[in-house]
Amino acid sequence: MSNNNASSSLAVAYRAVKQLRLEASVRRIQVSQAATDLKNFCLQNAHKDPLLMGVPSGDNPFRPPKSCGLL
Amino acid sequence: MGEMEQLRKEAESLKDEITAARKAVQDATLQDTVSGTVVVSRVQLKTRKTLRGHLAKIYAMHWSTDSKLCVSASQDGKLIVWDSYTTNKVNAIPLKSSWVMTCSYAPSGNMVACGGLDNMCSIYNLKAKDGNVKVMRELAAHTGYLSCCRFLSDAEIITSSGDCTCVLWDIETGTQKTVFAGHTGDCMSLAVPLDFKTFISGACDFTAKLWDIREGQCRQTFSGHESDINAIAFFPNGNAVITGSDDATCKLYDLRADQELITYQDSSIMCGVTSIAPSLSGRLILAGYDDFNCNIWDSLKAERVGVLAGHDNRVSCIGVTADGMACCTGSWDSFLKIWN
Repeated sequence: MSNNNASSSLAVAYRAVKQLRLEASVRRIQVSQAATDLKNFCLQNAHKDPLLMGVPSGDNPFRPPKSCGLL
Repeated sequence: MGEMEQLRKEAESLKDEITAARKAVQDATLQDTVSGTVVVSRVQLKTRKTLRGHLAKIYAMHWSTDSKLCVSASQDGKLIVWDSYTTNKVNAIPLKSSWVMTCSYAPSGNMVACGGLDNMCSIYNLKAKDGNVKVMRELAAHTGYLSCCRFLSDAEIITSSGDCTCVLWDIETGTQKTVFAGHTGDCMSLAVPLDFKTFISGACDFTAKLWDIREGQCRQTFSGHESDINAIAFFPNGNAVITGSDDATCKLYDLRADQELITYQDSSIMCGVTSIAPSLSGRLILAGYDDFNCNIWDSLKAERVGVLAGHDNRVSCIGVTADGMACCTGSWDSFLKIWN
């Protein structure tokens, strides 16, 4: 019984180490590059972001072209 | 027991190696990089539609890829498919189990899925020839509640569960294709990027994990949160992940730099984040909180630039349309609101 527990804890520990080895081997880029790419993506796509730019009422599918009565 | 000690030491040393490797690429911060960028001016979104019809708390909602239809799940035991332009109910699907916690719309628009305390993911065919919506498959194997589900296609769906695993299912055969094990706490949320090659999960072990779908492996683990991660989403460029946690903060993790770049927090916010969604460009991050509000953050400057106030109870779910035109909030007050 205790043998089984020991070998399963060992298996768990072995898997944890294997996983950490995998995660340690990830190739990382410089934060400056990651941050710049993030910033550029936001700025370059800003003009087509309706929630950021606002939606003109004529183009807003959630707003009927005529004003409705108060609900 | 010598081997156990050896493995423990190796694990510690690998963790130190990862910490050092992350530090080694910290040649700047996001704050430095955006020091010349101006904060977004105040964002004031208005409620354009209120979707009324559920009779109890809404736990989840998901937009269809057409940016018009959406599905919501409530503990009144119904899934409702709405036409958000007209507020009409396209389908009102009664569920076998009312304890639903998640719902998802297939990218094709042909199916919806849901699940919850029944530990199952039920798939419904919206386009049956006889016009009746009924259960197509019941995916059962999780030993804990279903917290989230997302379709990869009409043939495959990924689920996350309180049993600490995520699973990729073959919908046709109803079988598990891959089990993604590694989290040590309930998996609460998952998100799939546009290329469908990976997915991310957030869990009650305070970490987010990036998984390779075909290899079945966890590639990266992101820590930093001090409590359960309830919500997770991909940043629109596919290279970063945003998370929302019970620790009252949201974080942005960059996948290629393998680390957190920024935290979205304010000393006045002391309640948990329940849901999160980026705007189309990623510049705005909309996050739903336990205090009945939704805060809008400037993702680059980490400042709060707006609030969506209008619900009378916790905001439990949030989603931005694929075309970026609107955001939908769902609440325990039983209403969904469409804002832009």
